[in-house]
This record gives sequence, C-alpha cells and structure tokens, in this order.
Amino acid sequence: MTAETSSNAVINANGLCLTFDSSDGPVHALKDVDLQIDKGDFVSFIGPSGCGKTTLLRVIADLEHPTRGSISVNGMTPEQARLERAYGYVFQAPALLAWRSIERNVGLPLEIMGISAAEKAERVARTLELVGLDGFGRKFPWQLSGGMQQRASIARALAFDADLLLMDEPFGALDEIVRDHLNEQLLELWRKTGKTICFVTHSIPEAVYLSNKIVVMSPRPGRVADIIESNLPDERPLDIRESKGFLEIAQRVRAGLRQGQV
Amino acid sequence: MNAAVARLFPIATVVAAIMIVWYGFTVYLNAPWQIEKYEKAGIEWQMEDLVRDTMALDRPILPAPHQIAIEIWQTTVEKKITSKRSLIYHGGITLSSTLLGFLMGTVLGIGLAVSIVENRAMDKSLMPWIITSQTIPILAIAPMIIVVLNSVGLTGLLPKALISTYLSFFPVVVGMVKGLRSPDPMHIDLMRTYKASRMQLFWKLRLPASVPFLFASMKVAIAISLVGAIVGELPTGAIAGLGARLLAGSYYGQTIQIWSALISAACMAAILISIVGIISHITLKRMGLQQ
Repeated sequence: MTAETSSNAVINANGLCLTFDSSDGPVHALKDVDLQIDKGDFVSFIGPSGCGKTTLLRVIADLEHPTRGSISVNGMTPEQARLERAYGYVFQAPALLAWRSIERNVGLPLEIMGISAAEKAERVARTLELVGLDGFGRKFPWQLSGGMQQRASIARALAFDADLLLMDEPFGALDEIVRDHLNEQLLELWRKTGKTICFVTHSIPEAVYLSNKIVVMSPRPGRVADIIESNLPDERPLDIRESKGFLEIAQRVRAGLRQGQV
Repeated sequence: MNAAVARLFPIATVVAAIMIVWYGFTVYLNAPWQIEKYEKAGIEWQMEDLVRDTMALDRPILPAPHQIAIEIWQTTVEKKITSKRSLIYHGGITLSSTLLGFLMGTVLGIGLAVSIVENRAMDKSLMPWIITSQTIPILAIAPMIIVVLNSVGLTGLLPKALISTYLSFFPVVVGMVKGLRSPDPMHIDLMRTYKASRMQLFWKLRLPASVPFLFASMKVAIAISLVGAIVGELPTGAIAGLGARLLAGSYYGQTIQIWSALISAACMAAILISIVGIISHITLKRMGLQQ
C-alpha cells in the first residue's frame, strides 16, 4: 500500500504530535495524527476550536514544528516544501498590506520571487480575473468590502501557481450570503485548476459542500476522529445542500463531532 | 464659506477669552507699581487712567498683547533683516539650528531603531541608555556640550544643532521601534510562506508599516528641536537667536522683548508642526494609508 500511496500523496502524516508548553503544563495540540491527502483532493478539516485543525495546517506550512512523528509535503519535509514555494496560504483575515493597491498586494509573492515585471503583470491580471476582481487592481484594500478583500487574498495565494492551497477559515468572518457566493466560486476554481486544497472550517454545511474528503477532528488532545469520503458529484449547485446525500454526509460529520466530544 | 466660519468660530472664541483674561491680568499685575508712581508724583488718578497707563508701561510685569504685537511688528517688518535687533534675523538663526538638529535627530533615530529591531544584542544594550539619556535635564547638559565643543574648536551652528539632535532623536527611536514592530504576526507568517529574506521582510513589510509612526514621532521631534535650539543659545553668551533675545531681555528687564521672542518661538513651532503634518498627510494619502 505504501508504494501506491507515495506516488499520489501530496501530504502524508504519520503519528504526528505537537505539544505546546504553557504556564499550566503542556498542551497537546496534536496527538498521533495519521493522514494522507492525495493530489487533487479538496479536504476540509472540521472540529470545535482547540481541536488542532489550524495547528495541523500550520505544520503543513512549516509555520509550526511537530514534536514527534513524520510529515511530508510533496515528498519533502515541510521546510523544503516551503522553500520550494509549494503552497499558497490563505489566512483567517485577508492580511492585505494596507499601503499596497490590490494588484501590488497580489503581486507581492511574485515580487519576492523575483519574477519579471511583464510576467508579474500578466499573472496578477489572470488571477484577479479568476477570483472576479478584474477592474479593482488599482484600488486600495480599504476601498473593498470584506468579501472582496478575502478574494484578493485568495488571488495572492494563487498568483504563484503552487499546486497546493492551504486555507485557514478564510470565510469565517464573512456573512452567510457572501460566504455562499465565495464557496461556489472556490469550488469552480478547484474544478478549473485541479489544485489540492486543504480547508479549515467550523461550519458543517461548508465542509460538506466543498470537499471530497472531510477530516473530523476532536479537541484535548487534538486528534483525527473520523475521515469521511464524500460521494457527492463534482458539479454542485448550492441547492445540493437540501439533497438526501448531502444531509447524510452532514449527519455523519455531526456524529463524528459528537463522538469526539466525549 | 459657512464651513470656514464653523471651523474658525471655536478658535476665535478661545482666542477672545484668552485676550480678555490677559488684559485683565495686565491691569491687575501692573497696577501696584503704577499706583506707587502716581503717589510719588502726587497725581490724582481715576480707574480709567490706571487701565490706560498699566497697558503702556516700558517694562511691565506683564505686557499687554497689543504691546507685544507692536514690538513684533517693529522688530520684523520695520527692521532690516541684517539688523541685530531684527526678530527675523534671530528667528532665522534659531530656525537653522532647529532644522539641522531635527534632520540629524531623525536620521540618528531611524538608524538606532533599525539596529534595535534587527539586532537582539542592540535591543538589549542600547534601549536602557537611550532612555537614560532623556532623564538628564537638558538645561544641565546643554552648557557642557557647548563648552566642550567650543574647546575642540566647534562653534556656531553645529553645537546648538547637536542639542536639538540630543532631544529629537528620542521620540523618533521610540516611534520607529514601535512602527517597525507593528506588522502583525499574520503578515510575518505570510512573508515566511513566500520564503522572503530578512531584507525583503524589512523593505516590503516593516519599513512601510512604520511610516505613520515615523510622522507622528517627527511632529514631536521638530517641536522639541526648537526647544533644544533655544536652550542651546542661552549659554553662548546671548549672541544671537531667539534664546539670546530671551536671555538679553531678562538681563535688562525688557519684558516686552521676552514676550515677543516667546510668541515668535511659539508661532514658529506651530508652523513647523503644521508643515510636518501636511507632508505626513500627503505621504500617507499617496500610500493609501489615509482615507
């Protein structure tokens, strides 16, 4: 089995543990996490706060270091993968630089990578179009709504064409209507680009709607409670959320979350 | 038009209130001496005489505002700039050392802040000294700086400017250290995911983020640069500058001269701060940091 998995696996974690030292003793943010994510997967991590879902994403991104266990990203260590710029990261907040226009924000990673001005302009235009922000390139972040700002930050993560997209509750702060809209767009983007996406959320409908694989996590210590493969079709209109198949998966996620509570 | 009136009205009200109180105190504080004068000369006096005469003394305890205004007018517009009695001449001398000191203080402040933020050892070793430097009263150290520099052959503008520098670098260091550390951890993580080098982190994140802090510090720095320049002029033997006018005025009891130098210094500070404010506004607007 290992031979077969390694060929297709983008992320492979075995017995991953991460312990933070705090004033009232060690906190087990992650405990014995085994996980495999294949190329082209859309994986959601769901769980209550403190279950380590963000920490896991940060471990993949080499922003935290595991205390025990092994993890590989694209067959490399997370650090090598980061240095190879293997992933784009979208934070909970847009984290746009206030003094840069939208196009200069989206171009920031390209600027750091030393990509030529002409190619940069072309890529920025392309990614802004992809997230539906064409025509807003010269605006400053404060001139855009929260939803548009978050789309700009997604464009920034897409700008350098990494095959892996790590998203940490990117739509958590947005209202339901904007969120639905962005979910639809994200799904379309995934289908168009075939990227591997890791998506942290605490919304059950969002997780079920978006993913083909749902990792249910439980807190104290943070661990994987259940991994649910979704059999929903790739083509997903918003009203699929009322369908029987959708509700069944949502039910399983809910059950997994409840089980983890004990 | 209405908007301008609406803005000016509160200011005008405060100015009017200050004037009324000031005139009141002019009469009140100068009255005993004036009454003594009347009695010596054996003059019968009325209240209106007292009010008129207390506002027209040569060396009043508190001069009336119009006396100061007339003095300022006579020593600016009606005197040649090259005259030793011209307030513009003295103001110009103070202004030049203020600006030179401010410039050096800002450069020094930015330099120190960068080294503190980028180097842990500097952070630990420099900051206590920088704070200590400001606990020494400037009035105590200014004459020593002037005397020491004089003895090594440095005279004129530079020693005075160095006192301004000594005062003005401090707010710039404190503000810039805060500004360079102002990017939130998310932005720093973001730069890390891009494999940004230390230089890139500095030029593309820390430095632009610190600009609003720099301007806030510079507003404080330019005002205390002026204070430094005036203090620096006191121990030079009152040769030139607004500080010299203050000192000379106090030697000879020329209160009107003291007050006119004070008012000029205050106006100069207000103008300098406004200029920094305007530059700040334009820069931040162009950077998209101000709406």
